[in-house]
Amino acid sequence: MPPPDSVFRPFRSSDAERSDRAAGDRARHRDKVREAIRENIADIIAEESIIGQDKNRIIKVPIRGIKEYRFIYGDQSPQVAQGNGDTERGQVVGKQGDGQDGAPGKAGDQPGVDYYETDVSLEEVIDLMFEDLELPDMERKRLRQIESERNFKRQGFRQKGIRSRLDKRRTARSRVRRKLAGEEPRSNGPTDRFPFHDGDLTYKHITTDIRLESNAAVICIMDTSGSMDSAKKYLARSFFFLLYQFIRSKYQNVEIVFVAHHTAAKEVTEEEFFYKGESGGTMISSGYKRALEIIEERYHPTLWNVYSFHCSDGDNFDSDNADAVKLAEALTNACNLFGYGEIKPLGPRYYESSMLNVFRRLDADNFQTVLIERKQDVWPSFKALLAKERVPTGPEDE
Amino acid sequence: MNEWHVADLEKWDDVICQHVDDIGLSCFPQEFEICDHNQMLGYMAYSGMPSHYPHWSYGKSFEKLKTLYDHGVSGLPYEMVINSNPSIAYLMRDNSLLLQILTIAHVYGHNDFFRNNFTFRTTNPEYTISGFKSRANRVRSYIEDPTIGLERVERVLDAAHALSMQCRRNLAVRKPSELEHRADALKSAEPAKDPFQQIHKRAEYDPPDLRKTPTQPDEDILLFIRDHNPYLSEWERDLLTIAHEEAQYFIPQMETKIMNEGWASFWHHKILERLDLPTDLHLEFLVRHNQVVCPHEGSLNPYHVGIKIWEDLEKQCEGDDLAPLFAVRESDRDSSFLRRHLSEDLVRELDLFQYGPQGDDLVVTEVSDEAGWQQVRDSLIANTGSNLLPTIQVVDADHDGNRTLLLRHDHDGRDLHPQYAEKALAFVHQLWQYDVVLDTVLGGQPAHLTHGERGFSVQTG
Repeated sequence: MPPPDSVFRPFRSSDAERSDRAAGDRARHRDKVREAIRENIADIIAEESIIGQDKNRIIKVPIRGIKEYRFIYGDQSPQVAQGNGDTERGQVVGKQGDGQDGAPGKAGDQPGVDYYETDVSLEEVIDLMFEDLELPDMERKRLRQIESERNFKRQGFRQKGIRSRLDKRRTARSRVRRKLAGEEPRSNGPTDRFPFHDGDLTYKHITTDIRLESNAAVICIMDTSGSMDSAKKYLARSFFFLLYQFIRSKYQNVEIVFVAHHTAAKEVTEEEFFYKGESGGTMISSGYKRALEIIEERYHPTLWNVYSFHCSDGDNFDSDNADAVKLAEALTNACNLFGYGEIKPLGPRYYESSMLNVFRRLDADNFQTVLIERKQDVWPSFKALLAKERVPTGPEDE
Repeated sequence: MNEWHVADLEKWDDVICQHVDDIGLSCFPQEFEICDHNQMLGYMAYSGMPSHYPHWSYGKSFEKLKTLYDHGVSGLPYEMVINSNPSIAYLMRDNSLLLQILTIAHVYGHNDFFRNNFTFRTTNPEYTISGFKSRANRVRSYIEDPTIGLERVERVLDAAHALSMQCRRNLAVRKPSELEHRADALKSAEPAKDPFQQIHKRAEYDPPDLRKTPTQPDEDILLFIRDHNPYLSEWERDLLTIAHEEAQYFIPQMETKIMNEGWASFWHHKILERLDLPTDLHLEFLVRHNQVVCPHEGSLNPYHVGIKIWEDLEKQCEGDDLAPLFAVRESDRDSSFLRRHLSEDLVRELDLFQYGPQGDDLVVTEVSDEAGWQQVRDSLIANTGSNLLPTIQVVDADHDGNRTLLLRHDHDGRDLHPQYAEKALAFVHQLWQYDVVLDTVLGGQPAHLTHGERGFSVQTG
């Protein structure tokens, strides 16, 4: 047997540059990932961990849609690994489903065991969420924009204009250019007068630049009375999260205010809002009153797009209902959108009172109510809320 | 940038080739291509082929490899060799000179193995590259065909990929044709020759049922569907063929992972020891070699297990005559290699153990002592190569007389992963277009998984 023939092909950077052969398949895969996220968006939103997170945070989204399924053996099957010399029967060598840190059963080593998760930033998920809503353009028009600045900006040059905007330098240059172009070669004779023409005159062009300031304030009002337990607060939080994210995607500057109420209301921090429990009864009007005060003080509706949302379990003192409706009406006048979400984790029939009935009396286009029973409801009710808002009628359109 | 030039590699390669020849390896001509890490990622995602048909799963695998590489979780291999004639190997540009030398020697080990091991006899290495290219062209032409398009091609390929490994695994044994099966069936139904037939009652002749399709259970699910579902279009049939052919290319490599890596490592070690390396290179060689073949505690390094067995076999050889080694590399695959040559002493030395889940924990269930070592070895064999793939056969294409496809899982004590089985069965249904039933065992109970018009259902008992 003669020694083998061999050839070496040296590295060529031109090949390397052309060699992004996986680009098409990667794009296709990426599409499928997005598709899968979109399909599971309701589950992802129902996932506790993403709510209230920094938008740049990377979250792991398990992608079911793009696993490559095959016939494989289940994870109960025994396997073999190598020990350090004194392995004994009954010794624990790892945790099930623990593919990392060198533990036995490294998932990637077995064919077909697909532990694929994809990293998506929260921002991306939010984009996909709102893509899913398919909001038409008229949505944006409806959101109030306020002309905050009127600037004058130079933009190019024109042949016509008012005298004060004449650009002397360009005008002179234009004349010189015309003169040189028309000159006979090597004519060194006494130069004639060479006046400016109308065509030489160049004016600065000024446009007015209107900056639309889009400020929005989200006022989250929540019932923190004794009956609002952590399960209810969690549902409320999910809803507030969506609202906040949505509004943030539409405005440059969004501020968020938390108003907690039981029989009295006060402005609190996010932390207190979601985690601090109070006791006692509920007077919804107190929360609305505080919200109106805050709007009056800091977020006047002529300058701010105000979105208020109130979550409660609807267990209000009967005596307070009339006040609540009156103040809710005041809120609908001050806000772009005012919503009321009733959280009933055990289903509506289980609870005696409901504010949903009381609020029937309130007739305003920008007032919406939703009922949330389970975390799976959060996304659909949010969608429903916005779908209603989409109808292009209402006082603000005039 | 590099401490070496291609001329250096050629010089070392000449020397290595002399040693390759001296020790008796017989190789295909070898081509080496120097590539950077991006190209290497690309080759890895597309099984080393210069051309390959597009499918999103390769994008996924590229993405995964790249993420692991970028985060430093896993490095890239120093080389990649593909089984073709001439053999093609990719060398990473960033490797040091010593790594290139070691890799070149390693590549010749694989090359010799591809050329001589019996499992690769059926792979037609002359046509490897052109085969992949032709398949790529066909798939692209279907994608570009406006009457077909990407979405439909993808749908068929998704299903075909899910089932492509459900095929015959021992390709060295020829598959009998349907006609031969029938002839066999007729022959075996004939009564045994009776020397006293004059005086005996004539034996009953029980005619075999030749209408049954298939006559014998068939493991090649994709091919069976291709040949027996008349509603498939030509391009769909071709896609099934394409997926099947690709799987056939990989099976010999799956079947010989431990042997092949062990063999290449065994020989790169031998060759480099003979090379008379300068001290600094020699030291680096010892370090690198150890990195490659060191044991991975808590898992299994095929390089380590492989080289250990080959070294053990070498010790058993008389004198310098390594002919028995060459015979083993020709006639074994991992299953037989482990069964025949992984001795009790070696199992013990490697401290192999068997483990399984108990509650949330993974617990050692058997160790390599006198009572347990055979069990550990058998369990290792069961976790090797195609033994990791369940055997599922087509038993009847007209079950219950309504074109239901009956599949049978040959249960060897390991249950199928139920969720995966459900999805994979959906793919069978998609391709077969009629109901499909899979007979298996789940949790000790016979189970019939059905996928059809009315969706998926499981019947136990």
